[in-house]
Amino acid sequence: MSMEEEWVAVCPTTDILPWTGVAARIDGQQVAIFRTADNEIFVIGNHDPFSGANVISRGIVGDIDGELVVASPVYKQHFRLRDGICIEDAQVSLGSWPVRIFDGIVVVGRHQQVRAA
Amino acid sequence: MSGRTDKLIVIGNGMVGQKFLESLCEKNRDADIAVLCEESRPAYDRVQLSSYFSGSSADDLSLVEGDFFDEKGINLKKNCTAIGIDRKSKTVQTSDGDELGYDKLVIATGSFPFVPPIPGNDKAHCHVYRTIEDLEAIKASASESSSGVVIGGGLLGLEAAKALKDLGLETHVVEFAPQLMAVQLDERGGALLRKKIESLGVHVHTGKATQEIADGEQTRYQLKFSDGGTLNVDMLVFSAGIRPQDALARDCGLEVGERGGVVVDDYCRTSDPDIYAIGEVALWNGRIYGLVAPGYEMARGLAAHLAGADTPCFQGADMSTKLKLLGVEVGSIGDAHARTEGAHTCLFEDSTAGIYKKLVISADSQKLIGAVLIGDTSDYGNLLQIALNDIKLPENPASLIMPDMGDAPGIGVDSLPDRATICSCNNVSKGDLCTAIDAGAVTLADLKAQTAASSSCGGCAALVKQVLDAELSARGITVKNHLCEHFSYSRQELYHLVRVHEIKTFDALLAQFGSGCGCDICKPAVASILASCWNDYVLSPSLAGLQDTNDYFLGNLQKDGTYSVVPRVPGGEITPQGLITIGDIAKRYDLYTKITGGQRIDLFGARVDQLPGIWQELVDAGFESGHAYGKAMRTVKSCVGSTWCRYGVQDSVGMAIFLEQRYRGLRAPHKIKLAVSGCTRECAEAQGKDIGVIATEKGWNLYVCGNGGMRPRHAELFAVDLDNDTLVRYIDRILMFYIRTADRLQRTSVWRENLEGGLEYLQDVVVNDSLSIGSELEKQMQLIVDNYACEWKATLADEESLKRFRAFVNDPKPDEQLVYVREREQRRPATEDEKLAMQRTDTMEV
Ligand code: SRM
Ligand SMILES: Cc1cc2nc3c(=O)[nH]c(=O)nc-3n(C[C@H](O)[C@H](O)[C@H](O)COP(=O)(O)OP(=O)(O)OC[C@H]3O[C@@H](n4cnc5c(N)ncnc54)[C@H](O)[C@@H]3O)c2cc1C
Ligand code: SF4
Ligand code: FES
Repeated sequence: MSMEEEWVAVCPTTDILPWTGVAARIDGQQVAIFRTADNEIFVIGNHDPFSGANVISRGIVGDIDGELVVASPVYKQHFRLRDGICIEDAQVSLGSWPVRIFDGIVVVGRHQQVRAA
Repeated sequence: MSGRTDKLIVIGNGMVGQKFLESLCEKNRDADIAVLCEESRPAYDRVQLSSYFSGSSADDLSLVEGDFFDEKGINLKKNCTAIGIDRKSKTVQTSDGDELGYDKLVIATGSFPFVPPIPGNDKAHCHVYRTIEDLEAIKASASESSSGVVIGGGLLGLEAAKALKDLGLETHVVEFAPQLMAVQLDERGGALLRKKIESLGVHVHTGKATQEIADGEQTRYQLKFSDGGTLNVDMLVFSAGIRPQDALARDCGLEVGERGGVVVDDYCRTSDPDIYAIGEVALWNGRIYGLVAPGYEMARGLAAHLAGADTPCFQGADMSTKLKLLGVEVGSIGDAHARTEGAHTCLFEDSTAGIYKKLVISADSQKLIGAVLIGDTSDYGNLLQIALNDIKLPENPASLIMPDMGDAPGIGVDSLPDRATICSCNNVSKGDLCTAIDAGAVTLADLKAQTAASSSCGGCAALVKQVLDAELSARGITVKNHLCEHFSYSRQELYHLVRVHEIKTFDALLAQFGSGCGCDICKPAVASILASCWNDYVLSPSLAGLQDTNDYFLGNLQKDGTYSVVPRVPGGEITPQGLITIGDIAKRYDLYTKITGGQRIDLFGARVDQLPGIWQELVDAGFESGHAYGKAMRTVKSCVGSTWCRYGVQDSVGMAIFLEQRYRGLRAPHKIKLAVSGCTRECAEAQGKDIGVIATEKGWNLYVCGNGGMRPRHAELFAVDLDNDTLVRYIDRILMFYIRTADRLQRTSVWRENLEGGLEYLQDVVVNDSLSIGSELEKQMQLIVDNYACEWKATLADEESLKRFRAFVNDPKPDEQLVYVREREQRRPATEDEKLAMQRTDTMEV
């Protein structure tokens, strides 16, 4: 398959302030894209299963025991940035998407990766 | 248990019977269970029965969750009465004509109201007070009556009297004993209660024996008393005590007490080892327990026993009670009548305030064995713990009940024995907490997860925390108030570091004093400290990632992910044109509109991408951010004051507006609310606020550290008759001192309670400037006042900041999953069920 079919260009990295997130649509699916101070990018699902709202991109990013996480802005559960798994309940996962940076542009893979802990 | 499935029958599905079933199912015990339920509905909350009159439905009262019976495979037979037990064939006969076999039988038939054998007691409008049907009948009678009487002045009788009063009847209570609540209260307590109840318009007749209920002339009935007196009423409720429903047991030859009740041992076993009795029907150690908690204990114990536990099910229970009767607080503990040999008492009475408190003390003056509290039961919990745990009384026991003598000797948690119940909702003792702490619990959250303490009503949280702190320090573990894993400092320490080292960013603070990347605890806390110190624009990029979503989008996040919009309305004063503007904007954006408890208007349901448009219009019309989203100064509530009110002595609205404009935008460890009242009638409720101001003839009285919310606290009088300048100077200093020294998310009330030296210390710092920081505090406040800028105005002027208000970085279309329905002519988020229903037809986009 060609690059175009597998990957979607989303936005320049500079559209995302360090340590914040934005929401985006990949094939109609809502995702949350986060950027760290070191320009690392992570993509996980935007739908918060605990509140039912599409708000994960608006959570505060940080680390717990060395794992990068985002806290849901509604009821504050934490989700791992690398795979979307919930720290408080490992049965729950937001799913994650592969991501790369090309020429300062965030490019997200179309295929969601779901992995239960 | 053995491999085969036992047949278990439970007779009665009242409060205790149901608790038993729940506990048994929790134990996962395999059994074939049948439940005979005489009433037309399964178990409901009899304790809350009276709320049926104030709007609760039978469904609200139900104690059965969802499809409990189906789910657990329990055979529930409604409208089915057990009419006989054959112990030989081990069968129960039912009113349906059935015969059911059992291996084990549980009798949970409760009790029935005792109706004294008075001629005429069977007339149409004579009632009892026990079931939902009884209440329906009372309601029907009341609708065709104008007066009513309750026969019996005990606990339940007074509750019934309240119901009659609420139904609009002229209400009487007739009691045979010379006083009300004779079981729980002493004579003086009874007399005070009577006075209070009479002042509510209920007529009390004590020392009266009713001889006959005859037909009346003007009224439906006439009661004739043994002393020749009469009372004219239209309807009656009997509340003359309860009797155990023990007929079944009696008929099949089980041992029953002289005055009724099925005799049981510590395992709730009757004289037949395959038959058990629990709840109000059971007679344990010569006693019937007419309260629900002992019944629940029996239910839990028996379930554990049947599941194989070998510990006794029941070993007696405490009958102390605390309640609010007709709005009067009443508490009774242990030996209220001081009947114990050699007991002596200690009294406090304030008849103007309607307060009466009595301690009953053991002969050796060491222990508290009883207490009566009327009008003020705030000491109840403390006294009960002392009595139940045999804690040695202080030198001067009177200090336990004297009003506000400064330092009432609280019971140190150290002195509580291990068996002391700390969380009554979940039956967690101090010992249980200690075990969890031994097993490694170090935070409140750990304890909650491991013991369930404080996971229901939460009322015990403070006590649980005290036990935790005391136990940790007893184990030599220093109690850390570190903010989180990234900073080994408390909020107060970080505040000082930020100021002393003039730190302006989170990264700098983290690099110098922290570790890791930060988290959702320390980031907003540090953002707030930075804002309190330097008052920089909250949306500046260096602060962006620190903010909670409310501060990031300058609105309050709602359950569906939209935000609310609250423009500032200083002092609650708003022009008609202002109202029209807000209304106009709300209408165009279709925002749900509501008047808040803070004298302003909240517009709900704005999407992130709509916020700038809405605020542009508000700012253009002269409105500013109301900071409803921030840990910041919220509102200054005011009453109309001397400009219009005939009693007002100062311009409270003017002062409120001045204060609100002075402190708008001020960030703090938690939100801050103020209020100004124009006279002592206090229509602005200033004594419930962090800062309360009440006008006097000579100036202003200042109150501090009040709180509504989860744990209301009355504000304390800080200073009197202040002029405008002094008032503002004091408030500047108090607020700044709070901001400097409080913990994360600590309201002024809690801060004040933890302030060593208390109010006096605060007065010393602020009024006498004992720390010589007065002018510094004022200067710092002035800096913040001078640097104020409306956050929304600044945001709208900044292209970069506006970028963040997009729904999606790569798509201008808003979130299609927001679904609304209309209710009372406004929009609200659809419930999950409504969403599903809509998906099946046509998704409605808004
Ligand atoms: C809108 C309003 C209710 C209303 O419809 O009237 C409200 C709504 C909320 N209150 Fe409140 N409170 C509102 C007046 C009050 C009052 C009454 C008052 O201010 O006179 C109180 C009790 C007084 C007090 O604070 O001492 C009050 C005590 C609370 C508390 C408990 C605080 C405490 O110290 O115990 C919380 C929880 C918290 O802050 O941690 C809370 C939290 C909340 C939050 C922010 C809950 C949340 O996190 O989503 C609500 C969201 C507001 C929104 O989405 O816009 N709200 N809240 C009121 C807004 C007033 C305003 O104009 O700003
Ligand atoms: C108005 C009111 C207020 C109260 N307030 C309080 C309070 O504040 N605090 C407190 O602790 N307690 C209070 N109580 C007492 C509390 O409700 C009882 O202690 C509790 O309900 C006892 O539970 P139980 O299961 O033993 O009996 P019940 O709840 O009476 O249940 C017994 C059930 O068995 C059924 N039954 C009886 N015989 C048969 C039979 N032969 N076959 C089938 N079913 C049968 C009955 O119909 C009934 O449904 C109050 C009671 C009332 C009426
Ligand atoms: S009382 Fe509770 S539900 Fe009501 S507005 Fe306040 S926080 Fe929300
Ligand atoms: S008493 Fe502990 S949660 Fe209610």
